[in-house]
Amino acid sequence: MASPYSPPMQALIDELGRMPGIGPKSAQRIAFHLLKVPEEDARRLAQSILNAKAKVRFCEMCFNISDEPQCSVCSDERRDRTMICVVEESRDVVALEKTGVYKGLYHVLLGAINPLEGIGVDQLKIRELMMRINDAEPAIQEVILSTNPNTEGDVTAMYLQRLLAPFEIKVTKLASGLPVGGDLEYADELTLGRAIEGRREVGA
Amino acid sequence: MPQYRDNAVVLRTYKLKESDRIVVFMTEHHGKVRAVAKGVRKSGSRFGGRLEPMSHVDVLFATGRELDIVSQVELIGTTNKARNDLDRLSRGMSMVEVVDQLGMEREETPHLYKMLVGALETLNSTDSDLVLGAFFLKLLTSEGARPELDFCVACREAIGELDGGSYYFNLENGGVQCRRCSLGRRVSGDALLLMRAILGGRMIEALNYDSGAASREVTELATLVMEHHTERRLKTMHTNIH
Ligand SMILES: [Zn+2]
Ligand SMILES: [Zn+2]
Repeated sequence: MASPYSPPMQALIDELGRMPGIGPKSAQRIAFHLLKVPEEDARRLAQSILNAKAKVRFCEMCFNISDEPQCSVCSDERRDRTMICVVEESRDVVALEKTGVYKGLYHVLLGAINPLEGIGVDQLKIRELMMRINDAEPAIQEVILSTNPNTEGDVTAMYLQRLLAPFEIKVTKLASGLPVGGDLEYADELTLGRAIEGRREVGA
Repeated sequence: MPQYRDNAVVLRTYKLKESDRIVVFMTEHHGKVRAVAKGVRKSGSRFGGRLEPMSHVDVLFATGRELDIVSQVELIGTTNKARNDLDRLSRGMSMVEVVDQLGMEREETPHLYKMLVGALETLNSTDSDLVLGAFFLKLLTSEGARPELDFCVACREAIGELDGGSYYFNLENGGVQCRRCSLGRRVSGDALLLMRAILGGRMIEALNYDSGAASREVTELATLVMEHHTERRLKTMHTNIH
């Protein structure tokens, strides 16, 4: 069936439909909205996407979003360099930083193990984490597994736990109280703050 | 809004918008159902962790215009043991994936639901690779694609007693081949013995005989036969999580 839209409109709908969480219906709605906005607004949006793409990159140490080779956490001299908090996404770093409780470093995996989607160990920044731990000076004393409290997060944490078992490193997980099934980034600051303070060591 | 209630196993979920998820269920009486769980990714969601893959639940659905809506969820069984062990969890993921592939939306398949519930229970109580291979073999049988293990699929000669040597399995013809017709992939006599026991309804015997290596072989072979049957790859079986 031929598309009811002109080719440029269909191309826009297709591109929008590739965004996470946006289905065909939403893509259409956004496309129609964009057609109605003043040209300068559309130009600003396009330009900010290009700017972000050009300037924002991943921190070479921890893969947090950064506009410098090293992110603001990694380049902060006051942070405790013997602790790494492992999270799935940069959004989680933002959420944990808001609590003001944690003073160590981070490592962003850029996702979680999701066997049903074919996302395994090799698609994530796990090898980089292990290299970082191996080369760390001063040595890493503690790794805090702060993946989301859902199946993918649990699989990821269990895998890392197994991988870290041979090292002389304390491996901890966020304390319970985090709602199972929920995303870390939606946890309120109080709950998340308590969860990181009350983290517990996990058995090998 | 009209409502209906059914028992179900959660097969998988997809993120939707800010904090919702689309949840795919294998229900007992309504086949595969896709429904929206609103706010499930937010803290303090009333669904808690009940809508994770492998969860066995009693669900109240509200009929929606496009997708149904999850109104209430109650956990039926617990899959804790399987959830806290990487190997078991990974087997469980393969179980829900294959049922997702075999099930049809809105087409009642109570046997698929029952077999999945049974397999997840076994997963909870038993730590063996054979649990997954056995599930695949039983599903294949219920699909009318039971592998032939007693007669050579090329010359029809009886294979008979199995010895310690190797035999052949021909995926195209869906069964074992004798040493004279030797075509297909190699399979050990031990693995065939286990497969015969599983398909003969002697699972406990198979588990006792389980040598580790042979059961991995069974699961590998059962995966290939399943993929050949559905003409689809089982992603979970090809994703490195170990
Ligand atoms: Zn960094
Ligand atoms: Zn033959």
